[in-house]
Parts: sequence; C-alpha cells; structure tokens
Amino acid sequence: MDRMPKWVDVALIPLINLFLALVVSGLVVLYIGEDPIRSMWIMVKGAVGSTYGWGYTIYYATNFIFTGLAVAVAFQAKLFNIGGEGQAAIGGLGVALVCLAIPWPHWALALPFAILGGAAFGAAWAAIPAFLQATRGSHIVITTIMFNFIASALMVYLLVNVLKPPGSMAPETARFPEGAFLPNAHDALGVIGLGFSRSTPANITFAVALICCLLVYVILWHTRLGYQIRAFGHSEPAAVYAGIPPVRITMITMLISGGLAGLMGINAVMGEAERLVTDPVQGAGFVGIAVALMGRSHPLGVLLAGLLFGMLYQGGGELEFEIPAISREMILVIQALVILFTGALDNMIRLPLQQLFLRLGKRAT
Amino acid sequence: MDFMTVLQILDSALRLATPLLFACLAGLFSERAGIFDIGLEGKILVSAFMAASVSALMMAYVDAPMPLCVPFTGACVEIAGGVPIAPIVFGVLAGMGASMVLALLHGVASITFRGNQLISGVAINFLASGITVIIGENWFSLGGRTPQLEGSARFQEITLPFAERVGNVPLFGPIYHELLSGHTLLVYIGLLAVFLTWWVLFRTRFGLRLRAVGENPESVDTAGVSVIRLRYTAVLICGLLCGLSGTYLATGLAAGFVKEMSAGRGFIALAALIFAKWRPGYALMACLLFGLLEAIGNRFQNIEIFGIQIPVQFMQALPYILTVVILAGFVGKAIPPRAGGEPYVKER
Repeated sequence: MDRMPKWVDVALIPLINLFLALVVSGLVVLYIGEDPIRSMWIMVKGAVGSTYGWGYTIYYATNFIFTGLAVAVAFQAKLFNIGGEGQAAIGGLGVALVCLAIPWPHWALALPFAILGGAAFGAAWAAIPAFLQATRGSHIVITTIMFNFIASALMVYLLVNVLKPPGSMAPETARFPEGAFLPNAHDALGVIGLGFSRSTPANITFAVALICCLLVYVILWHTRLGYQIRAFGHSEPAAVYAGIPPVRITMITMLISGGLAGLMGINAVMGEAERLVTDPVQGAGFVGIAVALMGRSHPLGVLLAGLLFGMLYQGGGELEFEIPAISREMILVIQALVILFTGALDNMIRLPLQQLFLRLGKRAT
Repeated sequence: MDFMTVLQILDSALRLATPLLFACLAGLFSERAGIFDIGLEGKILVSAFMAASVSALMMAYVDAPMPLCVPFTGACVEIAGGVPIAPIVFGVLAGMGASMVLALLHGVASITFRGNQLISGVAINFLASGITVIIGENWFSLGGRTPQLEGSARFQEITLPFAERVGNVPLFGPIYHELLSGHTLLVYIGLLAVFLTWWVLFRTRFGLRLRAVGENPESVDTAGVSVIRLRYTAVLICGLLCGLSGTYLATGLAAGFVKEMSAGRGFIALAALIFAKWRPGYALMACLLFGLLEAIGNRFQNIEIFGIQIPVQFMQALPYILTVVILAGFVGKAIPPRAGGEPYVKER
C-alpha cells in the first residue's frame, strides 16, 4: 500500500506541513495588518543573523532537543508522554539540589553529578505514570497531564517554604556556587579562537544534547533494548508473543523519556539562570511534542526540528521587538499549527501523496 | 467557623464549579462518542475571549446608532436609536460560535482525517492561548485583555422569588437566600444541563446511539447509522457546552477577558470527568467537589487539620492527585468508553 520513497516520508511531508503552518500564520499576520514576508525576514535575521541571535537560538534549541527526544523515545513505544513539562521542572530541581549540595570546585566535576541528578529526578517523576500505565492500565496521557500540574504546585511549595534562602522575598533558591557555573558559548568557542557574543545563554549543555541524540540513536537502532522498544510500539500483541515483557519495556522507555526531559534542567537551571526559579521550563516540555512530531521521532529529525524551533523562539522575540503589533504569542500560534498539520492533520497531505506515488509506481512497472 | 461562613464558601464553590461543570459535560458528550478531547482548555479560552470581546464591542451601540454594512458592496443601513438587544446576547452567541469552530477543527482532524485526537487537542490548546492574545491586542490594545464589562454587557445576578422574604426563616432561609439565590442565569442553566445531559444520553435514541458509537462503532455502522455524523454531532455539542463554560468565566464570574484566564480549568474538568467515570450525575458531584476545593483555597491561605499545616499548593494539586488515585483504580476503577481515541475506519 504505502510504497512511497523514503525521502517523501522523512523530508517532503514534514516540509509541506511546515509550509502550510507558516502560510496560515502568515494569514494571521496579514489580518492584524502587518507584512508577513517582512516578519518572516525579521525572524530569520533575528535568529541566525548574528552570533547574538545564534546564541539564543542554540540555547532554546538545547532545551527543545532534550524535551523533543523525551517525547520521541516514548513515541517509539507508542506511549504519548505529555508530561515533559513536569519532568523537566522536577529534573531542574534535581540539578539545583546537586549544585547547592557542596561548594563545587570546578564545573567539570559538577556537570556529571548534575546530569545524574537531573536525569534521576526527571525519570522518577515519569516513573509513577509509567508504573500505573504498565500495571493498572491508567491512560498515560491523562496521568502525565495531572503530574504536570502536581509538579508545578510542588515546585511553588518547595521554593516558597523550603528552598528559599532566609530573608529573601523572591521564590527562588540562592545562586549556585561559582564552581557550578557552566562555560557559555563565548568561553567555549574562545578556547579554539572563535569570537562569539558574550551575552547569550548558550552553553556547553548543547554538546550534552548532541551526545544524547547520538546515544538515543544507538540505543533505539543498535541495541536489543531499542529493538524491543520499537517492536512493542509497532504491535504490542506481537511483542508479547515474541517474549518481550510489556511492563518492563513501558517502565524502561518512560524512565529514559523522563530522564531526557529532566536533563533540560542542566541547560535552563545550571547553564542559564544559575538558580532555581518556580517555572524553569517555560513551556519547553510542550514544544518537545511539536519537535518530536516534526522530527518523525528520530534523533536526527529531533535535532533539526529542535534547531528550527530554537530559531522560531529567538526570531519571535526579535519580531515583537521590531513590530510591537505582533506579540510574542505568535510563536504559540505557529507552534500550534505545526503540531496540527504534522500531527493531527498528517493524513490530509499523506493520503493524496500516497495515491500519487501509487499511480506513478503503477505507470513505471 | 460559623454557619454564615460555611454558606459563603459553599456559595463560592457553586460559582467556581459552574465553568468546570459545563466543560465536564462537554467532555462527557465527546468522550462518550469515542472522541478524546484534551482541548477543552483551549475551547474555554477562545469562548471566554470572544464572549467578552463581542460584548465589549456591542456595548458601544446600546444607545448609539449602529451602522450595518453589506461586505464588498458599500451598501449600509443604520439601526437608529441603538441595538435593542443586550450586548451579552451577542457575547454568548460569539462565545459558543468560537468554541464550536475549534470543535469542528478537532472533528475534521480526528474524524475525517483520522488523526491522533490527543495531538489535535494539544494543538488546539496552543492555538487558543496564542490567538486570543494576538487578536485581543489587535482589537483593544490592552495587553491581551478586553475592556471592563458593565451592566447589560455581562450576566446579572438573579434573585430567586421570595429570597428576601424567607431570609429570616431559620436554617432554610439563609440556605435559600445566600446559597441558592443570587447567581447568574448560567449557574442555573448549568445545573439544568446536568439533568438534560442525563436525559439525552440515557433516555433518547440519539443518546443510546451516541454511547454505542463510543463503545463499539462497528455495531452502530452495521445498524445503518452513520458513525461520522454521530461523532460530529457529539463534537459540536461539546463545542457548544465549552462555549458556555468560557462565556460564564468571562462574563459571569469575571467582568472581561484576561490572558490565560482559563487557568487549567479545562484540565480540572477532564479530571472531574474521569472522577465521575463519564456519568452526568457524578460529574456534578465531582465539579462541586473541585469547586469547593478551589473556594476553600481562595478563602484560607493556610489550613490546619489535626494540628498539621496543609499548604495551599496542596489544595490546588488535590484535584489532580485524586484523579491519579482514581485512575490507578485503587478506589473504584475508572474505565473509559472502549472505542475512545480510535478513529473509525469503515470496512469494505
């Protein structure tokens, strides 16, 4: 039935969907009386036109790669982890606890422990919905949504009542010790003699994100576990028949997924804010859904889609600066349309294209 | 805590439960027909925005003449002496209309194109939180809010008959006067809607088919009833009820739209729906419970039970925690409609 060339599936369809999303967003811009072409240009220039723009684009992209990988890994097992937001927030808590635990002498020593802390906390927050899905059949979408809200209440409670340093008014932790500051892009690229804007939050975590992409690829496509996860996602009865334990696979997949979301804390909490605030995630958990859909749940796709959304977020900020009539919420609209076209209305483009290639294929033979 | 305080908290619980109730019944129709809807939140938000905006815009024509023009022709008539209908009427219609447009989008994605219903719901939520601010800023330039609504631009409180007179009767008097009387029309419609939903779902042919299509669409199809049409109807009813939820939020509970004013109510309604195990009567109970939790949280910053301080954040998280417990099946198992979330493919 679906004898489409691979490039149509992995490149053409996502690009058509992205194009449709941008066209509809352009109509919204047109409606409020602004020029969509000029807006697009401002966004592209704002995102990649300077090392300053690149710095923010990379920073946002790092967040989205982590949350996108989290959603993508779960998608491979046909689990929809909508709880990246909560897992990333709790992961940030883990990172903060590690950073504040001892006066770290050097970031290179603090980073591995912070990675462990973030991943462990994020995974733990995903563990309960995973366990309930695996053993009691509670729908994971609903439980992870509920856990997002529980996480946000927990974060406010902890910051107001427990973690706030005495005498401080703002609900945030003390600043991390200097030994836990991660080198930013300016420092890191300065070592190899490249000039980069000093005032951007992009930091060494981007490298961690790239390594995670590679690791996820290796795990999913070159290990027995990855095979089991994908088999489970394709057909649960077949997987069970083949002796793949469903409870174990659900748990492991969600722990990996939650851990990846939790790693976002390294970038946002340790790399950027250098303290824990009540909402360190800022919606990045949800952007991960768009990134995973756009990237077809493949690490390389997630990397590219993460960069694209990083550009969108940075460019959208610049857009509001240049054209105040277009508020920052335009990003949400574009994001919603990307999710709609690539995720929910996917068949609108896919089915006609399938027909087309079926007909072309028949003619060729 | 005296009797009056209790009554005031219950009164506030009823108010806060109403938007949840409409949204919960909305979800009930959709999910009973086999269409998962996590986009309740977005539909509440757009309807709140449109209801408040249209009410605010029509407020200008209550006394002043209003020009009505046919698009593209330039032909105009003028309604001299102002529009004789209260602005809130237009507000309600706009609120329901906006919500139904998004419901239709959800229907097209999940019924016609057989897309993932959960992903469609997520997209609708984002679309709503973005578009309300952008359009709101474009129309009113008030940083995403609408102008303050006054007088006939919002729902007025209704005093039930004899409320003043029986106020002095012990026990029953205060309950009638303080708790039952003095709400806006939509609160009473909400209570009525519970009964109506029950009657439609469990006492009519349409309701039977709607429930069947959520459990076993093949059987409905075999009986010669259109699955597609039933599901679209359910999704549109869901849109209409969500519209009332948002309308109440912006023109009954508050006096205008504020950015992100739905504040997770769509998800609490979803929680209430699971808590109620997809049944209308229980939905009322669940919404009243969650409304009560919110009312208590609003009134007391700290609550002490048996000498233990309960933080306000715990009260806020309680609906979600209770839902997870219910979903886990430790206290009575919540089993969703069997065909929920599955697009229907007709056999050939």
